[in-house]
Amino acid sequence: MSAIAESTSTQPVVELKGVHKSFGALKVLEGLDLAIGFGEVVALLGRSGSGKSTALRCINGLERIEQGSIEVCGHRVDQMYADMKPLRRDVGIVFQSYNLFPHLTVEENITISPRIVKKSSKKEATDIASSALAKVGLLEKRDNYPEQLSGGQQQRVAIARALAMQPKVMLFDEVTSALDPELTGEVLRAMEQLAKDGMTMIAVTHEIGFARRVADRVIFMHKGRICEMGPASIIDNPQTSEMRQFLDHDLK
Amino acid sequence: MPTFGLNQFVFLLQGAVWTIILSILALGIGAVAAFIVALCRISANPVIKYVSSVYVLVIQGTPLMVLMLICYFGFNLYGIDVPALVGATIAMTLYVSAFLGEVWRGCLESIPRTQWEASDCLGHSRVQRMRYVVLPQAIKISIPPTVTFMVQIVKNTSLASIIGFVELTQAGKLVNNSTFQPFICFVIVAAIYFAICYPLSIWGKILERKYNVGHR
Amino acid sequence: MVYQFDFSFIWDQWPRLLQGLWLTLAMSALSTGLGFLLGTGLAIVNSYGRGPVRTAARVYIEVVRNTPLLVQVFLLYFGLSSIGVRIPVFATAVIALSFNIAAYSAEIIRAGIESIAAGQIEAAECLGMSRAQVIFHIVLQPALERVYPALTSQYVLLMLASSITSQISAEELTGAGNLVQSETFRSFEVYGIVAVCYISLSIVVRFALSGFGWLAFPRRRRLGTNL
Repeated sequence: MSAIAESTSTQPVVELKGVHKSFGALKVLEGLDLAIGFGEVVALLGRSGSGKSTALRCINGLERIEQGSIEVCGHRVDQMYADMKPLRRDVGIVFQSYNLFPHLTVEENITISPRIVKKSSKKEATDIASSALAKVGLLEKRDNYPEQLSGGQQQRVAIARALAMQPKVMLFDEVTSALDPELTGEVLRAMEQLAKDGMTMIAVTHEIGFARRVADRVIFMHKGRICEMGPASIIDNPQTSEMRQFLDHDLK
Repeated sequence: MPTFGLNQFVFLLQGAVWTIILSILALGIGAVAAFIVALCRISANPVIKYVSSVYVLVIQGTPLMVLMLICYFGFNLYGIDVPALVGATIAMTLYVSAFLGEVWRGCLESIPRTQWEASDCLGHSRVQRMRYVVLPQAIKISIPPTVTFMVQIVKNTSLASIIGFVELTQAGKLVNNSTFQPFICFVIVAAIYFAICYPLSIWGKILERKYNVGHR
Repeated sequence: MVYQFDFSFIWDQWPRLLQGLWLTLAMSALSTGLGFLLGTGLAIVNSYGRGPVRTAARVYIEVVRNTPLLVQVFLLYFGLSSIGVRIPVFATAVIALSFNIAAYSAEIIRAGIESIAAGQIEAAECLGMSRAQVIFHIVLQPALERVYPALTSQYVLLMLASSITSQISAEELTGAGNLVQSETFRSFEVYGIVAVCYISLSIVVRFALSGFGWLAFPRRRRLGTNL
């Protein structure tokens, strides 16, 4: 699969302005401002409850915001809640619990959306699936069912499935958190390959090492706000005490 | 030609009373038979197990209506004239014994093997194991599906009308034959059945929720 | 006086019984198909519909499930003819049976629909599928695969329940039995044979439905496990 189409402008691909979100009485996002450029790989770090997963879900329109604006690939997400389909074609997301369709084979999982949403022919869809599977290194599993695969393999299929829609942005929501430690490596490698190919990525993750190695920018969130932000090197040199505490805790 | 009025409605209610009586008879006697069938189905003795399986297969594979016809005409072969109520009760008892028996078998089998084994390890006899360990738990699980099954029993008593027993459906047919107002007649018959069955269905659902919560 | 069993009527009466058996199968197959479609529609309305349409579906299901089939058949049969609509008895029987089995199917299918994890639906929507596409491809198919055994049992029971239509003179198996019995007075033997036919039919139909499931659900066929 070729690298993502070139960008001609410096327009941010994802832009959040003054985003506020509450779940009932609980304030989860407090005035979030963020701009992510084309081809950028962003790692979102933070404790549970810091709002990082919520922020990701808001970007994809899975959660509604109360205040502020979100613009993704030219779509105003906060004005589209009635019909998210145009946005969803440009944004791919991979979940912590993979959510593969159990009644379909790996190949069918990947081809179903191109076929019924983009109306691709069977041949086109199969070709796309093949290259997506090759990218995550699972071409030989195309005829297996999800339950026959390990967690790491299922997650890689989930990545391939999202890629098959040829999105402009890929979102990763703690995709290795549910995996046994020895299986996380294969998933992280797949994500690293994607980053090398120039995909715009936002990954909520606990894998600090991965963030340090692969991310162009690291954002540390705390209590619904961006606490610290900078290139991946801030992990070695945290400026705020919150981030320092978080990293110490994590590395222990 | 009379029109549908209070008299007819009362006649239907009288039929409904017989519907309830037949249902209670079927449940009462059928439950005893169902219990025996359930025990036979989980018996260690292969002959008993096989014979009871065949019994269940035969009864479950025969429409209740045909069962009623056989039971009713069966006695007449020997020159014994049985009232329709008796024929209907026998047929319904067979029906309940097979269907409810299978439900109860499922409940017995859902008690984990470990319970049976633990009881053995405590030195219980087979009867004691049944009485003190397995049955109390099985009975608890069996209450919701049994209540739901009661709805089936009430509905199926309508088939007794085939052999002329004047329960609610037969009463409805008779009223229709005299008033020729089938809509009013059968809608009211349906409404009376609904009034009996729906509360039972709701109760069954409530029990199911209650006991399932207890399970998890 | 000991009863003398006499099965000799079989020699000339078997075509009638066979015709009745065939009609039972035809009636059941049609009702199963129509009832399944209607039941699926009801289940979807129940799970995803809103307002009066959903309420109507709920009321329909509860009324049908809490009234006897025989009464439903009478209502349809006598009711239709009293407003001057004349359709063949076979059609009336199929309609009544379809409406009946649709309600039972709807509840079973609804349980299947509710067993589909929310994450599945979320993932499907994030891939750009419309609501209708999600329901059809991601919810219904695995739901049906899951509840297929329960549905099968219902359809076998439907085949047995078709005997009730003999009460409106449908000439299915029980109706044929009634006719033979009224001519030969060999009630015990006739109904005995009819019972054996039904028992055999229930085994055959169950087997056939299993076979259909084997064809329709490739995952089950290949892996042999439950979804």
